[in-house]
Amino acid sequence: MSKKVAFLQGNEAASHGALYAGCNFFAGYPITPSTEVAEVMSAELPKIGGKFIQMEDEIGAMAAILGASLAGAKVLTSTSGPGLSLKQELIGYGCIAEIPCVIYNVMRGGPSTGMPTGPSQSDVMAAKWGTHGDHPAICLVPASVQETYEEVIRAFNLAEKYRTPVMVMPDEIVAHMRERIVFPEPGEIAVEPRKTPTVPPEQYKPYDTSFGDVPPLAAYGTGYKFHVTGLNKMQDGFPTTKAEVVQAEEERQVRKVEANVDDIVTFEEYMLDDAEVVVIAYGSTSRSARYAVNAAREQGIKAGMFRIKTFWPFPDKQIKALAQKAKGFIVPEMNLGMCAIEVERNAQGKAPVLGIFRVDGEPINPDQILEKMKEVK
Amino acid sequence: MAFDYDKYIRPGKLPHIWCPGCGHGIVMKGLIRAIDSLKLDTKNTAIVSGIGCASRLPGYMDCCTLHTAHGRAAAFATGVKMAKPGMNVILVGGDGDGTAIGGNHFIHACRRNIDMTYIILNNKIYGMTGGQFSPATPTGAKASTTPYGNPDPAFDIAKLAIGAGATFVARGTAYHAAQIDKLIAEAIQHKGFSVVEILDDCPTTFGRRNKFKSVIEMMNHLKEIAVPVKAAEKMSAEQLQGKVLTGVLYKEDRPEYTSEYAKVIERAQAGK
Repeated sequence: MSKKVAFLQGNEAASHGALYAGCNFFAGYPITPSTEVAEVMSAELPKIGGKFIQMEDEIGAMAAILGASLAGAKVLTSTSGPGLSLKQELIGYGCIAEIPCVIYNVMRGGPSTGMPTGPSQSDVMAAKWGTHGDHPAICLVPASVQETYEEVIRAFNLAEKYRTPVMVMPDEIVAHMRERIVFPEPGEIAVEPRKTPTVPPEQYKPYDTSFGDVPPLAAYGTGYKFHVTGLNKMQDGFPTTKAEVVQAEEERQVRKVEANVDDIVTFEEYMLDDAEVVVIAYGSTSRSARYAVNAAREQGIKAGMFRIKTFWPFPDKQIKALAQKAKGFIVPEMNLGMCAIEVERNAQGKAPVLGIFRVDGEPINPDQILEKMKEVK
Repeated sequence: MAFDYDKYIRPGKLPHIWCPGCGHGIVMKGLIRAIDSLKLDTKNTAIVSGIGCASRLPGYMDCCTLHTAHGRAAAFATGVKMAKPGMNVILVGGDGDGTAIGGNHFIHACRRNIDMTYIILNNKIYGMTGGQFSPATPTGAKASTTPYGNPDPAFDIAKLAIGAGATFVARGTAYHAAQIDKLIAEAIQHKGFSVVEILDDCPTTFGRRNKFKSVIEMMNHLKEIAVPVKAAEKMSAEQLQGKVLTGVLYKEDRPEYTSEYAKVIERAQAGK
């Protein structure tokens, strides 16, 4: 039997990816250019007995998914720039309280209201640094409709596996373009179940590290009575200011992600074997970059592309290795150099980093990238 | 036999953080008696709060407890209730948490008429941060941020709840301790969003700035201003000057949110 094929928009694909991953709760607030996700979820979730709720504001939507996740649901919210700013308060809550959830954020122009219908990639730093305090960050940046579908599934899996909020951040071009998508069969892509307690309720502690860095999470209403707080907490979930406990818990929360970068970080290497000019690109910008690399090869320029699929944790190791052999990096992005900072940090001066930065709501075209390649000596 | 509060208290989590003379403990005891009288299954009961002195209450209770961020209790609780409509969901918080930073979530929970009970401990001040004025602080009162007297008018929280669509609204005081459990129990039994405002005292940050010489004086003040709804019917407007009504202030039957959403699921599954 042939697989089901459809012609879908990125946002629609994201919604169907969430459903494939077992999402059964969505809370959101209308915002361009991500509203289609809420629209699809409002139609699809009740069909499978799931719940959709449109909340009074972005913060409320974030709160509702965290509450629902603690009650055992697999949860999603969708938003865009200004909404992401508002959600940051409770993204931090999700990090410290270690509540699995997926935040789908379509990147539009900013800051503030910015350019609601224009594409951008300027939320990538907010994905890591937007909420205050030290915390783990996982952020996926898909480049096609098919990949948006698959990365939303992966986001749910990572959220459950590492018990933490995970962001999926397509730029507005990826979110709104339509492409052919081939749906996987049920069971074809593995879906990570939540690790639930094996101990009886009276022995359960929600942050019991004897089970490793990612302790099992019980659901409210299943016989387990436990406490959850946004304060620094002990293993039993109750607040503490004990220095050594706070230090150890904060380090563990970050370590959940940092010690597992090889499991989390994904990327694509395109014509990198002999590449002297390495384009580092992500999202829709990588599509222009691929075109530019092909054009460069035709002109005899040894160009290649390293495409970032996981923006956080950043592919430090891979870019450090590329810096050993590349003559130069080109970083095209729809912001004023956010990824470029990370590339420079990893290049450590061994290869120059040339940026192409656009914040005018227009995509970066292949010609711009091709021209920039010629500056690498 | 004396009532056994201990079976609802988490072992090892007392003493509480509240100051001597604070009424929050009286309200917690009322909540415990209400839960006991209704024989609620604590494993199936979530108590959700925001931030502030009152919001520390859930931690002491042996239930499913969720101490959220400032003002966000109603929104978190909405997620819990929607995901598990069979759970009893009780919210606890202060006046600042619930009606200032959490005001938007509060009025929309009222509007949806989602089946949860919100106990607002109104001591008319931000106690935990040291006594700044809240939306419930009376005009003219002294707070750490109103050294010349409060220029702001105050919310009538019960009226706000009624106006926003809550279908059960009651008010009690920390002085009238014996009434608290009955109000809370009736609120929990009500199918829909219920609000119980308990007028409370904060001797530490409100009383000492506003010429209350003692906790007893604050408690007596609560006693003096409270007028039961029934008694008020026989009183003139003049006699009611400076008084607040207590008891069940409002009650109506209106479709409840999770039940309405169950109908959405039915329609979606029937393809309508």
